[in-house]
Amino acid sequence: MPEPGYLSMRSSGSFASQIINQGTIVNIGILLKEGPYNHQASDTAYKFAEAAIAKGHKVDAVFLYNDGVTNVNKLMDPPQDDRHIADRWSKLSKQHGVEVLACIAASKRRGINDDILIEGGEITGLGTLTDIAIRNDRLVTFGD
Amino acid sequence: MLYTINTSPFENSTMETALRFIQPGDPVLFLEDGVYAVQAGNRFSETILSLLDKNPVYALTPDLEARGIGSVTDGVFGVDYGGFVDLVEEHQPNSWL
Amino acid sequence: MAEEQTNIKKIMHVMRHAPHGTIYTYEGLEMILIMAAYEQDISIAFIGDGVYALKKGQDTAGIDIKGFAKTFMALDGYDVEKLYVDAASLAERGLTEDDLVVDVEVLSSGEIGRLMGEQDVVLPH
Repeated sequence: MPEPGYLSMRSSGSFASQIINQGTIVNIGILLKEGPYNHQASDTAYKFAEAAIAKGHKVDAVFLYNDGVTNVNKLMDPPQDDRHIADRWSKLSKQHGVEVLACIAASKRRGINDDILIEGGEITGLGTLTDIAIRNDRLVTFGD
Repeated sequence: MLYTINTSPFENSTMETALRFIQPGDPVLFLEDGVYAVQAGNRFSETILSLLDKNPVYALTPDLEARGIGSVTDGVFGVDYGGFVDLVEEHQPNSWL
Repeated sequence: MAEEQTNIKKIMHVMRHAPHGTIYTYEGLEMILIMAAYEQDISIAFIGDGVYALKKGQDTAGIDIKGFAKTFMALDGYDVEKLYVDAASLAERGLTEDDLVVDVEVLSSGEIGRLMGEQDVVLPH
Protein backbone atom coordinates (compact mmCIF):
# COMPACT_ATOMS: atom_id res chain seq x y z
CA MET A 1 0.00 0.00 0.00
CA PRO A 2 1.14 3.58 -0.51
CA GLU A 3 3.07 5.02 2.39
CA PRO A 4 0.94 7.53 4.25
CA GLY A 5 3.41 10.29 3.53
CA TYR A 6 3.33 10.52 -0.18
CA LEU A 7 -0.17 11.82 -0.76
CA SER A 8 0.66 14.81 1.36
CA MET A 9 3.95 15.13 -0.52
CA ARG A 10 1.93 15.41 -3.68
CA SER A 11 -0.02 18.34 -2.35
CA SER A 12 2.94 20.00 -0.69
CA GLY A 13 4.77 20.17 -4.01
CA SER A 14 8.18 19.91 -2.42
CA PHE A 15 9.17 16.29 -2.16
CA ALA A 16 12.86 16.87 -2.80
CA SER A 17 13.36 19.11 0.21
CA GLN A 18 11.63 16.57 2.44
CA ILE A 19 14.00 13.73 1.69
CA ILE A 20 17.14 15.85 1.73
CA ASN A 21 16.62 16.10 5.48
CA GLN A 22 17.32 12.41 5.90
CA GLY A 23 20.97 13.01 5.07
CA THR A 24 22.00 9.36 4.86
CA ILE A 25 25.28 8.89 3.03
CA VAL A 26 25.12 6.08 0.51
CA ASN A 27 27.85 4.44 -1.52
CA ILE A 28 26.93 4.39 -5.18
CA GLY A 29 28.20 2.46 -8.17
CA ILE A 30 27.22 3.45 -11.69
CA LEU A 31 26.88 1.13 -14.69
CA LEU A 32 26.90 2.85 -18.08
CA LYS A 33 25.88 0.78 -21.08
CA GLU A 34 25.93 3.17 -24.04
CA GLY A 35 28.62 5.13 -25.84
CA PRO A 36 28.86 8.93 -25.83
CA TYR A 37 26.79 11.29 -28.03
CA ASN A 38 24.56 8.68 -29.69
CA HIS A 39 22.55 8.42 -26.49
CA GLN A 40 21.89 10.77 -23.60
CA ALA A 41 22.88 8.02 -21.17
CA SER A 42 26.48 9.27 -20.68
CA ASP A 43 25.25 12.78 -19.98
CA THR A 44 22.62 11.67 -17.48
CA ALA A 45 25.09 9.35 -15.74
CA TYR A 46 27.59 12.21 -15.43
CA LYS A 47 25.00 14.68 -14.13
CA PHE A 48 23.78 12.09 -11.65
CA ALA A 49 27.34 11.43 -10.42
CA GLU A 50 28.01 15.17 -10.02
CA ALA A 51 24.78 15.66 -8.06
CA ALA A 52 25.46 12.65 -5.83
CA ILE A 53 28.95 13.93 -4.99
CA ALA A 54 27.56 17.42 -4.33
CA LYS A 55 25.20 15.89 -1.79
CA GLY A 56 28.07 14.20 0.00
CA HIS A 57 27.45 10.67 -1.22
CA LYS A 58 30.33 8.45 -2.23
CA VAL A 59 30.45 7.64 -5.94
CA ASP A 60 32.68 4.63 -5.91
CA ALA A 61 33.01 3.77 -9.58
CA VAL A 62 31.58 4.18 -13.06
CA PHE A 63 31.72 0.83 -14.83
CA LEU A 64 31.44 0.91 -18.61
CA TYR A 65 29.83 -2.01 -20.42
CA ASN A 66 28.51 -2.76 -23.92
CA ASP A 67 29.22 0.27 -26.15
CA GLY A 68 29.70 2.24 -22.93
CA VAL A 69 33.40 1.37 -23.07
CA THR A 70 33.89 3.93 -25.85
CA ASN A 71 33.33 6.70 -23.27
CA VAL A 72 37.02 6.48 -22.33
CA ASN A 73 38.44 6.81 -25.84
CA LYS A 74 40.73 9.84 -25.55
CA LEU A 75 40.83 10.22 -29.35
CA MET A 76 37.33 11.69 -29.41
CA ASP A 77 37.46 15.29 -30.55
CA PRO A 78 34.07 16.98 -30.50
CA PRO A 79 33.52 20.55 -31.75
CA GLN A 80 34.69 23.15 -29.23
CA ASP A 81 31.18 24.30 -28.37
CA ASP A 82 30.14 20.75 -27.45
CA ARG A 83 30.84 18.91 -24.19
CA HIS A 84 33.89 16.63 -24.22
CA ILE A 85 32.52 13.45 -22.72
CA ALA A 86 35.84 11.59 -22.32
CA ASP A 87 37.41 14.63 -20.61
CA ARG A 88 34.48 14.84 -18.24
CA TRP A 89 35.02 11.26 -17.04
CA SER A 90 38.74 11.94 -16.70
CA LYS A 91 38.02 15.00 -14.55
CA LEU A 92 35.54 13.10 -12.40
CA SER A 93 38.19 10.48 -11.75
CA LYS A 94 40.97 12.96 -10.94
CA GLN A 95 38.95 15.42 -8.87
CA HIS A 96 36.69 13.06 -6.96
CA GLY A 97 38.51 9.74 -6.95
CA VAL A 98 35.75 8.01 -8.89
CA GLU A 99 37.11 4.90 -10.58
CA VAL A 100 36.28 4.94 -14.30
CA LEU A 101 36.45 1.34 -15.44
CA ALA A 102 35.93 -0.19 -18.87
CA CYS A 103 35.10 -3.90 -19.13
CA ILE A 104 38.01 -5.67 -20.80
CA ALA A 105 35.93 -8.11 -22.85
CA ALA A 106 33.65 -5.35 -24.14
CA SER A 107 36.69 -3.11 -24.78
CA LYS A 108 38.54 -5.70 -26.82
CA ARG A 109 35.52 -6.19 -29.04
CA ARG A 110 35.37 -2.48 -29.73
CA GLY A 111 39.06 -1.66 -30.10
CA ILE A 112 39.48 0.14 -26.79
CA ASN A 113 42.89 -0.45 -25.21
CA ASP A 114 45.42 1.26 -22.93
CA ASP A 115 46.93 3.21 -25.86
CA ILE A 116 43.77 5.27 -26.33
CA LEU A 117 42.53 5.30 -22.75
CA ILE A 118 41.85 8.62 -20.99
CA GLU A 119 43.86 9.64 -17.97
CA GLY A 120 42.19 8.21 -14.88
CA GLY A 121 40.52 5.42 -16.83
CA GLU A 122 41.25 1.75 -16.38
CA ILE A 123 40.42 -1.46 -18.22
CA THR A 124 39.34 -4.26 -15.94
CA GLY A 125 37.28 -7.43 -15.73
CA LEU A 126 33.64 -8.13 -14.95
CA GLY A 127 34.76 -9.44 -11.57
CA THR A 128 35.38 -5.81 -10.64
CA LEU A 129 31.79 -4.97 -11.51
CA THR A 130 30.68 -7.80 -9.26
CA ASP A 131 32.77 -6.32 -6.44
CA ILE A 132 31.22 -2.91 -7.12
CA ALA A 133 27.74 -4.45 -6.95
CA ILE A 134 28.59 -6.17 -3.68
CA ARG A 135 30.34 -3.35 -1.84
CA ASN A 136 28.00 -0.46 -2.66
CA ASP A 137 24.55 0.36 -1.31
CA ARG A 138 23.26 1.19 -4.79
CA LEU A 139 24.11 0.27 -8.36
CA VAL A 140 22.44 2.64 -10.82
CA THR A 141 22.30 1.67 -14.50
CA PHE A 142 22.21 4.12 -17.38
CA GLY A 143 21.69 3.08 -20.99
CA ASP A 144 19.06 3.03 -23.68
CA MET B 1 12.08 0.14 -5.62
CA LEU B 2 12.60 3.13 -7.93
CA TYR B 3 11.46 2.46 -11.50
CA THR B 4 13.20 4.69 -14.04
CA ILE B 5 11.94 4.93 -17.61
CA ASN B 6 14.02 6.77 -20.19
CA THR B 7 12.35 6.06 -23.51
CA SER B 8 9.25 7.61 -25.05
CA PRO B 9 6.06 5.53 -24.77
CA PHE B 10 5.27 6.64 -28.34
CA GLU B 11 8.43 4.85 -29.48
CA ASN B 12 8.29 1.52 -27.65
CA SER B 13 6.33 -0.44 -25.05
CA THR B 14 8.85 -0.15 -22.21
CA MET B 15 6.58 1.97 -20.00
CA GLU B 16 3.61 -0.30 -20.59
CA THR B 17 5.77 -3.33 -19.71
CA ALA B 18 7.35 -1.76 -16.63
CA LEU B 19 3.96 -0.81 -15.21
CA ARG B 20 2.86 -4.45 -15.29
CA PHE B 21 5.61 -5.27 -12.76
CA ILE B 22 5.45 -2.25 -10.48
CA GLN B 23 4.31 -2.72 -6.89
CA PRO B 24 2.07 -0.28 -5.00
CA GLY B 25 4.16 2.51 -3.50
CA ASP B 26 7.12 2.09 -5.88
CA PRO B 27 8.11 5.54 -7.20
CA VAL B 28 8.50 6.07 -10.95
CA LEU B 29 10.95 8.57 -12.43
CA PHE B 30 10.68 9.53 -16.10
CA LEU B 31 13.88 10.89 -17.62
CA GLU B 32 15.49 11.55 -21.01
CA ASP B 33 12.91 10.77 -23.75
CA GLY B 34 10.80 9.08 -21.09
CA VAL B 35 9.49 12.50 -20.01
CA TYR B 36 7.25 12.65 -23.09
CA ALA B 37 5.00 10.22 -21.17
CA VAL B 38 3.94 12.89 -18.68
CA GLN B 39 3.21 15.81 -21.01
CA ALA B 40 -0.27 17.05 -20.10
CA GLY B 41 -3.12 16.00 -22.37
CA ASN B 42 -1.41 13.28 -24.36
CA ARG B 43 -2.49 9.72 -25.15
CA PHE B 44 -0.85 8.44 -21.95
CA SER B 45 -2.34 10.93 -19.49
CA GLU B 46 -4.98 8.45 -18.31
CA THR B 47 -2.28 5.82 -17.73
CA ILE B 48 -0.24 8.28 -15.67
CA LEU B 49 -3.30 9.37 -13.67
CA SER B 50 -4.22 5.80 -12.76
CA LEU B 51 -0.58 5.07 -11.93
CA LEU B 52 -0.70 8.00 -9.51
CA ASP B 53 -3.44 6.25 -7.52
CA LYS B 54 -0.85 3.91 -6.02
CA ASN B 55 2.57 5.25 -7.00
CA PRO B 56 4.36 8.60 -6.76
CA VAL B 57 5.46 9.82 -10.20
CA TYR B 58 8.40 12.12 -10.94
CA ALA B 59 9.93 13.59 -14.06
CA LEU B 60 13.43 15.01 -14.44
CA THR B 61 12.94 18.77 -14.85
CA PRO B 62 16.04 19.43 -16.98
CA ASP B 63 14.78 16.80 -19.44
CA LEU B 64 11.28 18.36 -19.48
CA GLU B 65 12.79 21.80 -20.11
CA ALA B 66 15.15 20.52 -22.80
CA ARG B 67 12.12 19.17 -24.67
CA GLY B 68 9.90 22.21 -24.23
CA ILE B 69 7.41 20.39 -22.03
CA GLY B 70 5.82 23.17 -19.98
CA SER B 71 2.91 21.34 -18.40
CA VAL B 72 2.73 17.84 -17.03
CA THR B 73 -0.13 15.57 -15.99
CA ASP B 74 -1.57 16.66 -12.62
CA GLY B 75 0.20 15.03 -9.69
CA VAL B 76 3.54 14.47 -11.42
CA PHE B 77 6.45 16.07 -9.60
CA GLY B 78 9.46 17.64 -11.23
CA VAL B 79 12.86 16.81 -9.71
CA ASP B 80 16.36 17.96 -10.63
CA TYR B 81 19.42 15.68 -10.64
CA GLY B 82 19.71 16.19 -6.88
CA GLY B 83 16.13 14.95 -6.47
CA PHE B 84 17.03 11.92 -8.62
CA VAL B 85 19.90 11.23 -6.20
CA ASP B 86 17.52 11.56 -3.23
CA LEU B 87 15.19 8.98 -4.80
CA VAL B 88 18.13 6.61 -5.29
CA GLU B 89 19.19 7.21 -1.69
CA GLU B 90 15.73 6.08 -0.59
CA HIS B 91 15.13 3.22 -3.01
CA GLN B 92 17.01 0.52 -4.90
CA PRO B 93 16.94 1.56 -8.56
CA ASN B 94 15.39 -0.57 -11.28
CA SER B 95 16.18 0.92 -14.71
CA TRP B 96 13.85 -0.02 -17.55
CA LEU B 97 16.12 0.74 -20.50
CA MET C 1 21.63 0.56 4.36
CA ALA C 2 19.93 -2.71 5.11
CA GLU C 3 22.66 -5.33 4.85
CA GLU C 4 22.23 -9.05 5.30
CA GLN C 5 24.30 -10.46 8.12
CA THR C 6 26.13 -12.40 5.43
CA ASN C 7 27.66 -10.57 2.51
CA ILE C 8 25.59 -12.36 -0.10
CA LYS C 9 23.63 -10.02 -2.32
CA LYS C 10 20.50 -10.74 -4.26
CA ILE C 11 21.25 -9.80 -7.85
CA MET C 12 18.62 -10.07 -10.58
CA HIS C 13 19.55 -9.83 -14.25
CA VAL C 14 16.68 -8.69 -16.43
CA MET C 15 16.69 -9.75 -20.08
CA ARG C 16 14.39 -7.51 -22.09
CA HIS C 17 15.90 -7.54 -25.57
CA ALA C 18 15.59 -10.09 -28.34
CA PRO C 19 18.82 -11.92 -29.11
CA HIS C 20 21.03 -11.17 -32.16
CA GLY C 21 19.44 -7.83 -33.17
CA THR C 22 21.46 -6.17 -30.41
CA ILE C 23 24.31 -7.46 -28.26
CA TYR C 24 22.63 -6.78 -24.91
CA THR C 25 21.47 -10.33 -24.18
CA TYR C 26 24.76 -11.90 -25.25
CA GLU C 27 26.95 -9.55 -23.21
CA GLY C 28 24.44 -9.87 -20.38
CA LEU C 29 24.98 -13.60 -20.40
CA GLU C 30 28.77 -13.06 -20.31
CA MET C 31 28.27 -10.90 -17.22
CA ILE C 32 26.11 -13.54 -15.55
CA LEU C 33 28.72 -16.25 -16.15
CA ILE C 34 31.39 -14.15 -14.42
CA MET C 35 29.14 -13.10 -11.54
CA ALA C 36 28.15 -16.71 -10.98
CA ALA C 37 31.69 -17.40 -9.75
CA TYR C 38 31.21 -14.93 -6.88
CA GLU C 39 28.63 -17.02 -5.03
CA GLN C 40 25.95 -14.38 -4.91
CA ASP C 41 22.21 -15.06 -5.01
CA ILE C 42 21.70 -14.67 -8.75
CA SER C 43 18.46 -14.84 -10.70
CA ILE C 44 17.47 -14.01 -14.27
CA ALA C 45 14.12 -12.64 -15.38
CA PHE C 46 13.07 -12.87 -19.03
CA ILE C 47 10.62 -10.14 -19.88
CA GLY C 48 9.19 -8.84 -23.15
CA ASP C 49 11.36 -9.72 -26.15
CA GLY C 50 13.86 -11.16 -23.66
CA VAL C 51 11.88 -14.43 -23.78
CA TYR C 52 13.00 -14.92 -27.40
CA ALA C 53 16.54 -15.55 -26.12
CA LEU C 54 15.30 -18.92 -24.83
CA LYS C 55 13.41 -19.98 -27.93
CA LYS C 56 14.12 -23.43 -29.33
CA GLY C 57 15.34 -23.89 -32.88
CA GLN C 58 17.58 -20.84 -33.26
CA ASP C 59 20.17 -21.29 -36.01
CA THR C 60 22.47 -18.30 -36.37
CA ALA C 61 24.81 -19.81 -39.00
CA GLY C 62 23.33 -17.67 -41.74
CA ILE C 63 23.87 -14.36 -39.92
CA ASP C 64 27.40 -15.23 -38.81
CA ILE C 65 26.70 -14.37 -35.17
CA LYS C 66 27.54 -16.85 -32.45
CA GLY C 67 24.41 -18.54 -31.11
CA PHE C 68 24.07 -18.69 -27.35
CA ALA C 69 20.67 -20.18 -26.54
CA LYS C 70 22.47 -23.35 -25.48
CA THR C 71 24.57 -21.42 -22.97
CA PHE C 72 21.41 -20.80 -20.97
CA MET C 73 21.11 -24.58 -20.66
CA ALA C 74 24.55 -24.68 -19.03
CA LEU C 75 23.68 -22.14 -16.32
CA ASP C 76 22.67 -24.67 -13.70
CA GLY C 77 26.25 -25.95 -13.90
CA TYR C 78 27.21 -22.50 -12.60
CA ASP C 79 24.60 -22.71 -9.82
CA VAL C 80 22.40 -20.18 -11.58
CA GLU C 81 19.08 -21.93 -11.21
CA LYS C 82 16.54 -19.16 -10.75
CA LEU C 83 15.23 -18.46 -14.22
CA TYR C 84 11.94 -16.59 -14.24
CA VAL C 85 9.86 -16.00 -17.35
CA ASP C 86 7.00 -13.52 -17.51
CA ALA C 87 3.82 -15.43 -18.40
CA ALA C 88 2.21 -12.47 -20.19
CA SER C 89 5.31 -11.92 -22.36
CA LEU C 90 5.22 -15.58 -23.44
CA ALA C 91 1.48 -15.54 -24.10
CA GLU C 92 1.44 -12.36 -26.18
CA ARG C 93 4.17 -13.84 -28.39
CA GLY C 94 2.20 -17.03 -28.93
CA LEU C 95 4.78 -19.07 -27.02
CA THR C 96 4.51 -21.62 -24.24
CA GLU C 97 7.05 -23.15 -21.88
CA ASP C 98 7.47 -26.00 -24.39
CA ASP C 99 9.00 -23.55 -26.88
CA LEU C 100 11.91 -22.77 -24.53
CA VAL C 101 15.32 -24.47 -24.41
CA VAL C 102 15.54 -24.61 -20.59
CA ASP C 103 13.38 -25.35 -17.59
CA VAL C 104 12.12 -22.07 -16.22
CA GLU C 105 9.64 -20.85 -13.68
CA VAL C 106 6.79 -19.09 -15.47
CA LEU C 107 5.42 -16.40 -13.17
CA SER C 108 2.92 -13.58 -13.40
CA SER C 109 4.23 -10.05 -13.85
CA GLY C 110 3.14 -9.22 -10.31
CA GLU C 111 5.08 -12.16 -8.89
CA ILE C 112 8.23 -11.16 -10.79
CA GLY C 113 7.68 -7.55 -9.68
CA ARG C 114 7.58 -8.69 -6.05
CA LEU C 115 10.82 -10.64 -6.52
CA MET C 116 12.41 -7.54 -8.06
CA GLY C 117 11.46 -5.61 -4.96
CA GLU C 118 13.45 -8.06 -2.82
CA GLN C 119 16.69 -7.56 -4.76
CA ASP C 120 19.80 -5.66 -3.68
CA VAL C 121 20.72 -5.10 -7.30
CA VAL C 122 18.70 -5.24 -10.52
CA LEU C 123 20.77 -5.27 -13.71
CA PRO C 124 18.97 -4.59 -16.99
CA HIS C 125 20.41 -6.08 -20.18
